Amino acid sequence: MKEITYAQAICEALDEEMERDENIVLLGEDISFIGGNFKTSVGLLEKYGDMRVKDTPISEAGFVGMGVGMALTGLRPVIELMFSDFLLVAADQVINQAAKIRYMSGGQVNVPMVIRAPIGAGRSSAAQHSQSMQAMVSQFPGLIVVVPSTAQEAKGLLKTAIRDNNPVLFFEHKMEYNKKFLVDDVVEPIPFGKANVVREGKDITIVATSSLVMKSQEAAEKLEKEGISVEVIDLRTIVPLDIDTVVESVKKTGKLIVADEAHERCGVGAEIGFQIMEKAFYYLDAPVGRVNTPNVPLPFSPALEFPIIPSVDRIYKKVVEMVK
Amino acid sequence: MNVKTYSKDQLLAWYETMYKMRRFEEEVFEFYKQGLMPGLAHLYMGEEAVATGVCAALNDSDFIGSTHRGHGHLIARGADIKRMMAEILGKVDGYCRGKGGSMHIMAMDKGILGANGIVGGGIPIATGAAYMAKYKKTGQVAVSFFGDGASNEGTFHESINMAAAWDLPVIYVLENNLYGISVDIRDVTNTPNLADRAIGYGIPGVIVDGMDVTEVYEAAKAAIERARSGAGPTLIECKTYRWQGHHVGDPATYRKRKSETEKEDWMAKCPIDCLKAEMLSTKKAKASDFEAIETAVNKEIEESVNFAKESPYPDVSEVFHDIYV
Ligand SMILES: Cc1ncc(C[n+]2csc(CCOP(=O)(O)OP(=O)(O)O)c2C)c(N)n1
Ligand SMILES: [Mg+2]
Repeated sequence: MKEITYAQAICEALDEEMERDENIVLLGEDISFIGGNFKTSVGLLEKYGDMRVKDTPISEAGFVGMGVGMALTGLRPVIELMFSDFLLVAADQVINQAAKIRYMSGGQVNVPMVIRAPIGAGRSSAAQHSQSMQAMVSQFPGLIVVVPSTAQEAKGLLKTAIRDNNPVLFFEHKMEYNKKFLVDDVVEPIPFGKANVVREGKDITIVATSSLVMKSQEAAEKLEKEGISVEVIDLRTIVPLDIDTVVESVKKTGKLIVADEAHERCGVGAEIGFQIMEKAFYYLDAPVGRVNTPNVPLPFSPALEFPIIPSVDRIYKKVVEMVK
Repeated sequence: MNVKTYSKDQLLAWYETMYKMRRFEEEVFEFYKQGLMPGLAHLYMGEEAVATGVCAALNDSDFIGSTHRGHGHLIARGADIKRMMAEILGKVDGYCRGKGGSMHIMAMDKGILGANGIVGGGIPIATGAAYMAKYKKTGQVAVSFFGDGASNEGTFHESINMAAAWDLPVIYVLENNLYGISVDIRDVTNTPNLADRAIGYGIPGVIVDGMDVTEVYEAAKAAIERARSGAGPTLIECKTYRWQGHHVGDPATYRKRKSETEKEDWMAKCPIDCLKAEMLSTKKAKASDFEAIETAVNKEIEESVNFAKESPYPDVSEVFHDIYV
């Protein structure tokens, strides 16, 4: 075990994979000389050279699209978008191209490409630098959608993402980058589509993504002192979705909250809530609850931003409301 | 620097605008250092002559589109610095009621179509305003400010092509400060002069010394006249430099890769100091003229700082206002 930041864990995953496979090439803005806007590629330019760690111009549609071409022809590009909001600038190449090429070609080709992008609010970055894109992209068949929680999880899941032969969207939470976590000395790839029960409980289940896994655990600890036993599931990947683990948990607790930082409307909660209605309706003792960012663009002023970020307190209150 | 052609009042007005930008941002930087400012800000320090020269050639009813590095553009258009400062602190008296912050200040009453957090995001928007002006025959023009980095976004090429094809009254002002964050434009673009790109679109491309307000003004005036006469867009590349890192707090370690003294060399060309020195040496103005301006601006800046500090934060109920009409 060692203590490293989430950013370092990402960097280690990239490094260990690049060492293993010379077809892995990193592309992105400010990733080489300064080692990334969030310091997730520090030292990689020096180690692998500038054909494998490429600073791009500010041309997201162009370099994401180049990633598709590289992936079709044998390379394994790992692309960094500085903020997940910029996915929208490159949306055609992600959604119309990468996601569909295998299908449209009748299975002739693979697009083994990873797009890493930071999500989340909390830095007074306002409406164009604070969004959480994981729910939106989950609409599009052909894309894998990963939402890691801790540094350990991020490292293991990023390795899997890089080895996967599908286009993978890998969402890192920007508020975690500088936090320290305990991480195993050797981290193996973590399989996609297997949610992780991180805390067992019997009164209610929270299934959470990304940072909200840690926030849910914190809320659960507080609630335990008040006699409420909360089960917390780290979803790990939205696509593929491990609904079975959630169903098993709901059969035990009878109550479910879905916590994801994307906007509430048509989100992860809507999808999981619906599937639970289909698959575990008779086990439910209450309507499924959700904790999200409300349906409003992220405001700049901390006086407006903080109240709407899904927080430990909001999770805590939602549990109390549903259990009482 | 060609100060001979211009009146003392005109030159002093430019000095005042540039000095105000500089002082405004020094205070913004202070706010950051004291932990009073939420988020980050991208400072325009060093580039003041660009916005000042361009906006001096505009009419009040014209439009501008700004960027993440927008304080200078807004001040050049006469935006209220009290409301700008309040916005930067996330206060309710800010231009956007605290919802936008430094990177999203919009002031439609001054024809300011908004700063923008998306690099290249503002270029088509300014082009759209120019389309409106042409269709409605209003006689207005639009200026789109953007950086060297932004000129590698598709939006730049798509917009300039349409504007050229349809003779839209728009002026593309490319602020080439050599960097997009840490990336040196010379490493990701093969044309030393970005103004050369205009050739490919069949419009004039002009290169100016962006540290010289008179040169910027002359180029802008010609381009604006051309646009207003119906002859179409111009691309003006202003060679300039930012004093600070990409945003407050960026140590800018990447700058010395091509020349050890790059920053110092550019700082020696300070647009504010150079204008003052030139006016003094040619006896266009006396030291006391500058002192009077500086005293007045400093007072105005101090008032804006106090105004912003005293303004309340928006009430949380405002979160849900203004999502839809
Ligand atoms: C679409 C998009 N890509 C990337 C960014 C991140 N970013 C913000 S400013 C910036 C550099 C912009 O460079 P330039 O256009 O030269 O303007 P300057 O900052 O030098 O004034 C980058 C990459 C962004 N905000 N939007
Ligand atoms: Mg630049």
